[in-house]
Amino acid sequence: MRSFLKLGLAVTLTILLNLSNLSVAFAVDIIQVTSPGGIKAWLIEDRTNPIISMKFAFAGGSSVDPVGKEGLANLVAATIDEGAGDYDSQAFQARLNDLSISLGFDAGREFFSGELVTLKKNKEAAFELLNLSLTEPRFDQEPIERIRTQISLVLKQRQDDPGYKAQTTLRNLYYPNHVYGRANDGTPESLKKITTSDLKGYLAENIAQNNLTVAVVGDIDRAELGALLDQAFSGLSKKSKPFRIPGASPAIKGGTIILDEDIPQSEILMAQKGISRDDPDYYAAFIVNHIFGGGSFSSRLYQEVREKRGLTYSVGSYLSLLDQAPLLMASVATQNERVAETVRIMKEQWSLMAEEGPSAQELKDAKTYLTGSFPLSFTSTGRVANILLAMQLNDLGIDYLDQRNEYLEAVSLEDAKRVAKELFKPDEITVVIAGRPVGVEAETPLSSNP
Amino acid sequence: MFSKFKSVLSLYVIGCSLLLPLSSAQSAVFNPESFTLDNGLEVVVISNHRAPIVTQMLWYKVGAADEDVGESGNAHFLEHLMFKGTKRFKSGEFSALIAKNGGQENAFTSWDYTAYHQTVAKDRLEMVMELEADRMTGLILDDEKVLPEREVVREERRSRVGNSPGAQLGEVMRASQFLNHPYRIPIIGWDHEIEALNTETALAFYRKWYAPNNAVLVISGDVTVDEIKPLAEKYYGVIPSKEIPERIRIAEPPQNAARRVIKESHLVTNPSVTIRYLAPSYRTAGNNDPYALQVLDEIIGSGATSKLYKKLVIEEKLAASVGTSYSPNAYDQSTFALYISPRPGVEIDEAEKHLRQEISDLIKRGVSQDEVDRAIARMVDAAVFARDSLAAAPNVIGRAITTGGSVEDVEAWPERIGAVTSEQINNLMEKVFIDNQSVTGVLLPAKRVE
Repeated sequence: MRSFLKLGLAVTLTILLNLSNLSVAFAVDIIQVTSPGGIKAWLIEDRTNPIISMKFAFAGGSSVDPVGKEGLANLVAATIDEGAGDYDSQAFQARLNDLSISLGFDAGREFFSGELVTLKKNKEAAFELLNLSLTEPRFDQEPIERIRTQISLVLKQRQDDPGYKAQTTLRNLYYPNHVYGRANDGTPESLKKITTSDLKGYLAENIAQNNLTVAVVGDIDRAELGALLDQAFSGLSKKSKPFRIPGASPAIKGGTIILDEDIPQSEILMAQKGISRDDPDYYAAFIVNHIFGGGSFSSRLYQEVREKRGLTYSVGSYLSLLDQAPLLMASVATQNERVAETVRIMKEQWSLMAEEGPSAQELKDAKTYLTGSFPLSFTSTGRVANILLAMQLNDLGIDYLDQRNEYLEAVSLEDAKRVAKELFKPDEITVVIAGRPVGVEAETPLSSNP
Repeated sequence: MFSKFKSVLSLYVIGCSLLLPLSSAQSAVFNPESFTLDNGLEVVVISNHRAPIVTQMLWYKVGAADEDVGESGNAHFLEHLMFKGTKRFKSGEFSALIAKNGGQENAFTSWDYTAYHQTVAKDRLEMVMELEADRMTGLILDDEKVLPEREVVREERRSRVGNSPGAQLGEVMRASQFLNHPYRIPIIGWDHEIEALNTETALAFYRKWYAPNNAVLVISGDVTVDEIKPLAEKYYGVIPSKEIPERIRIAEPPQNAARRVIKESHLVTNPSVTIRYLAPSYRTAGNNDPYALQVLDEIIGSGATSKLYKKLVIEEKLAASVGTSYSPNAYDQSTFALYISPRPGVEIDEAEKHLRQEISDLIKRGVSQDEVDRAIARMVDAAVFARDSLAAAPNVIGRAITTGGSVEDVEAWPERIGAVTSEQINNLMEKVFIDNQSVTGVLLPAKRVE
């Protein structure tokens, strides 16, 4: 049968994953597959084990949830594998379970994503069950109410979590009246308003072939995959409903907000405007953030806050890359008595990075780490599939694995210092503290609109 | 209908695959190779050639349960201090070198073991072997390095326990579960005892327990045993063995009373109950019982098709969640736990009553051979998925050896799981689910004061 399948354009690119100035390189062949039915995917054949991992995403996510029905995408993700076609919830789950197929969905802010992992011997059944869940979910009352209750309990528990309260507070202050200002997975109240026809409507409008991205890694060739892609996705509608996430920028800057919580250790979030993934200076910012507080035990924040002063167990900074509203964020937790000192040191480091930028040695070390450690994430079929999916979702190009080192190496010390100065704005940091910090005064944030 | 046709087709395919010979049930898991150096260091190598990367894990057969009385947290404190420099490398240099070479690293401590690990490009393996071997005996500590780190550990405790009522309940449950055995003491230590740890306590523990003949080196990745042998000889082989005290923990007396501990907190929204029974570990059982308990755990408490979930969540609609947990990896006795969290409107006592009813029904009626067969098939498949990840093999093997098992035990896992029968499980349940050997932990929302 398979030899009759006519495959569309199939491009094979050999990517050398260079470990920067290290001597090791290895080849990864990314195959661009187009199924007979026109479904596209990136594939890496990996015969190490008889396993196939597929990751896929539909653009939209929770950003397209209707106002008042926040959490719709999340509830869809949690219920479309609870019975489909002739299988009720238990029959569907039992079938997955008996065949050791793992199928799961997740709604992020910008994408509704899914994952299918199966033994090669069960691949037809796995893709068929995926197809059923996407095209004929039953949304029976029992599983819907059960899962609605479960999610609602998690949301209620989280509403009482000091760390989560800090995040929510920051989000609401930064993006009032914007989809980024609301909870990705809804609230107990919004969850109650979602009906079965909302669930069906979400699928009909947002799960389609034109907004689908697919990445596959494992024991499968492109002809086999072409057939399975059609089996899984050809029943979907061709086009999703267009949507646009309106632009957003933080409504406030600066300020210190204290959320009174009776806990021994304050949880602290610090944030300011960030840089977007497609900014030409993104790689410089990525490196500067790495030096500042992003990972590894040698970042400045780790050294200054943890190693030298023993103020915390965990401290770090990261670039949040929401399409329309990127942020530079840092988080730290310390005993209430030492919050003032900790925040002061974090802000000093912020200023220092703005004024002086990284040193030549720091830049060099960051480059060797970031280029050298990247291949370490190629440790399982699932993780490699994640990388392939992210490359596509971020429009990084099929040669990204090869280009990434060059992008990083191209960042000069001047670039890094300039970007550090442009990015790090110590006067614009908004600090949110959940706890009972000693010696810290609340300060009202300023509107960031002049 | 198209999709129905396909589901019939896939049923047929599945039917066939189940008829294939069950060869995988008898096959080994990771196919490791091992040897022992003259100084007693056991070395295990697992080849995995997916990418030119390697993970080194050095496991010491010592953990929190081997600490001296009054020095709780000392094993974990030492783990933190192992990054603070040796005669050859100054404090922080170990981590800086790993980072500069694009490597990733960390360490962890349990009651029975302490492990250090790095993942690097293949050609950096020699470097991390040299570094890890160096700190087996070369550690240099002074108060300047040690005292700030003690504050880091106290912040770690605040993060993990101080801010978490669930963790506080967990600590008291353990302290009640074990009347005498040191498993009653938290790994991170009691805060008042961490406060008293110092350079001398850490060094004394280090000198007493850290030696090649009390460690296991596990290397997983793009290497062969022939490549590892000379490197292991060169760096680890030169370290002299020393006399290691016998690992004798004070024994647990017979337990003659059920215990109940309750934690109320304003941070808790959803109540839950956990019932935890003493249970054999691989080492204490000395027979196939721990395998039977793993199959039982799978049948009654894992996932949406498990017996307890089906009954209490789906059919009776009493619980929002329910499940079980059991780990056979312990040098001394282990525990088997069952937990339930009620749906809104169901009293916690009612939920607990039903969970206990289920336990006694299980003992009375038992599990069926069909349930056992299906669970075994899934578990044997899970061993194939375990091979997919670089990290699984060294973690599973290191944990087995440091808790009294062997490479052979790990490799025989599918076979021993496959040998479990319903009769064995049904005889075992009444020997494990004994009230007088149990602790019940209840987590409750604080009563709100208006």
